[in-house]
Amino acid sequence: MTQSIAKILIWMAALSTIVVMVLILFQILREGLPILHLRFFLESPKSMGREGGILSTMIGTIALTAVAIIFATPLGVGTAIFLREYTRESRISRIIRFGTDCLAGVPSIIFGLFGFVFFVIYLNMGWSILSGGLTLAAMILPTIICTTEEAIKTIPYSYREVSYSLGGTKWQTVIHAILPNALPGIFTGIILSVGRSIGETAAVILTAGSSLVMPTSLFSPIRTMAVHFYILAREGISMEMAYGTGATLILLVLFVNTVANGLLNRYVRHRS
Amino acid sequence: MDYSIGMSVIGAEKDSMSQEKKIIIKNFTFHYNSLQALRNINLDIQPRQIFTIFGPARSGKTTLLKSLNRLTDLIFGTRHAGTILLDEKDIYDPKQNLTQLRRRVGFVFDLPTPLPMSIFDNVAYGPKLSGKTKKCLNEMVEKALRSAVLWEEVKDRLQTSALRLSGGQQQRLCIARVLALEPEVLLLDEPCSGLDPISTASIEETLFQLKKDYTIILVPHNIQQASRVADRAGFFLNGDLVEEGPVYQIFTKPRDKRTEDYVTGRFG
Repeated sequence: MTQSIAKILIWMAALSTIVVMVLILFQILREGLPILHLRFFLESPKSMGREGGILSTMIGTIALTAVAIIFATPLGVGTAIFLREYTRESRISRIIRFGTDCLAGVPSIIFGLFGFVFFVIYLNMGWSILSGGLTLAAMILPTIICTTEEAIKTIPYSYREVSYSLGGTKWQTVIHAILPNALPGIFTGIILSVGRSIGETAAVILTAGSSLVMPTSLFSPIRTMAVHFYILAREGISMEMAYGTGATLILLVLFVNTVANGLLNRYVRHRS
Repeated sequence: MDYSIGMSVIGAEKDSMSQEKKIIIKNFTFHYNSLQALRNINLDIQPRQIFTIFGPARSGKTTLLKSLNRLTDLIFGTRHAGTILLDEKDIYDPKQNLTQLRRRVGFVFDLPTPLPMSIFDNVAYGPKLSGKTKKCLNEMVEKALRSAVLWEEVKDRLQTSALRLSGGQQQRLCIARVLALEPEVLLLDEPCSGLDPISTASIEETLFQLKKDYTIILVPHNIQQASRVADRAGFFLNGDLVEEGPVYQIFTKPRDKRTEDYVTGRFG
């Protein structure tokens, strides 16, 4: 009796997850897909986004995410390696880990505020790809640290012992025996972070601005797709265009995840 | 515990090659935090011989082996006293280059531990780290695999993953990987513990071949193996070296009651 109740409850839990996801996708794609023509991707927005496409916001989103990943990955992976390989459980490592956990729990609007005060105003970078990217980097750092640490944790102790016993230094051991085996885990962290960066709105609007002009350098202000979607819908400029942007956003995230997963599988298969 | 000090001298008289000493262990004591793993060990190891360290579990065999190339340094909270001389130089000298020491003193672990990469890359791991060129590597890998009696079985699939080899092949790969470093001393910690009799035989055969050039210290996975392959043997019990000498003497006329009990199977 309890068995079947448990079974039904667990099935329902799993089912509701799928239902929620399908409903969201269905709603956005039903409204958005009819808007998606080639011109929608190849033109920049005109008259506040009422007409034209979303090219400049796509470029802005990709640039911003790229900056965030480029800054956060080495920092995050480096921190994780430090915590796992270069120090024992000690007060320092506990403080660092506590800091990362706190960082992970901070709401994104607070990151936005910090980015605005520090990068935009204090460092005088203005609303720009760089300010926004660095803010996002700080935001995704905990994710990358955490997933990398988990990946390093699963590597058998014997790999390290073997590497040292074959005359490897600590650095050589990290490069040749640890990192290649942690790569799938690190990759997962990066994919999660890309998803978060692409979808982030609050922190970005405060640090990268909401300009519709095509960016020309790292110091150009931009409007990301998520911000574009928010402004179009919030200010009632064009629900049609908003859904089009939303659909593109979802497809972009799906695309990134699929490609990344494909690459990852090939890498894993290649190694075994 | 006095036995250990006197024994190596008595053993040496019976052995004509006793003048040459590759490794000299003097009053060596080792602790893991508060746990004493080795107590005042005195032992000389001669070159081009197989020395076997045997005894029941937790008697300090692996600790002694790992101390010889300082793999024990990786463990937190250990301390030691006494000296270990390799070619008359103290390996615990602060100026000792660890990388160099571990290349001179190779270690084979009790379980096959291939790294998740190709057969070639596994064998080339050590030489690559020391900056050997690609051309050089091919030769070294072949030589090492031949010495470990594995070449014929894998020469056509060097680029496949080492994880696909059988247990016995993996262990011989690990031996090849160590031989590629061109070490002087070979430490083997129960290298046949997970293997079937046929693989064990081929690894023992390999050891016989290697004895001509290397100093080998072996922790056997049973007493029979010790008596089959070794030239000299040392019996360890609870961190003490009870007795040491030529293998025929240890197994037929042990001086110490405890050795006799263990060898004849009264305990252990």
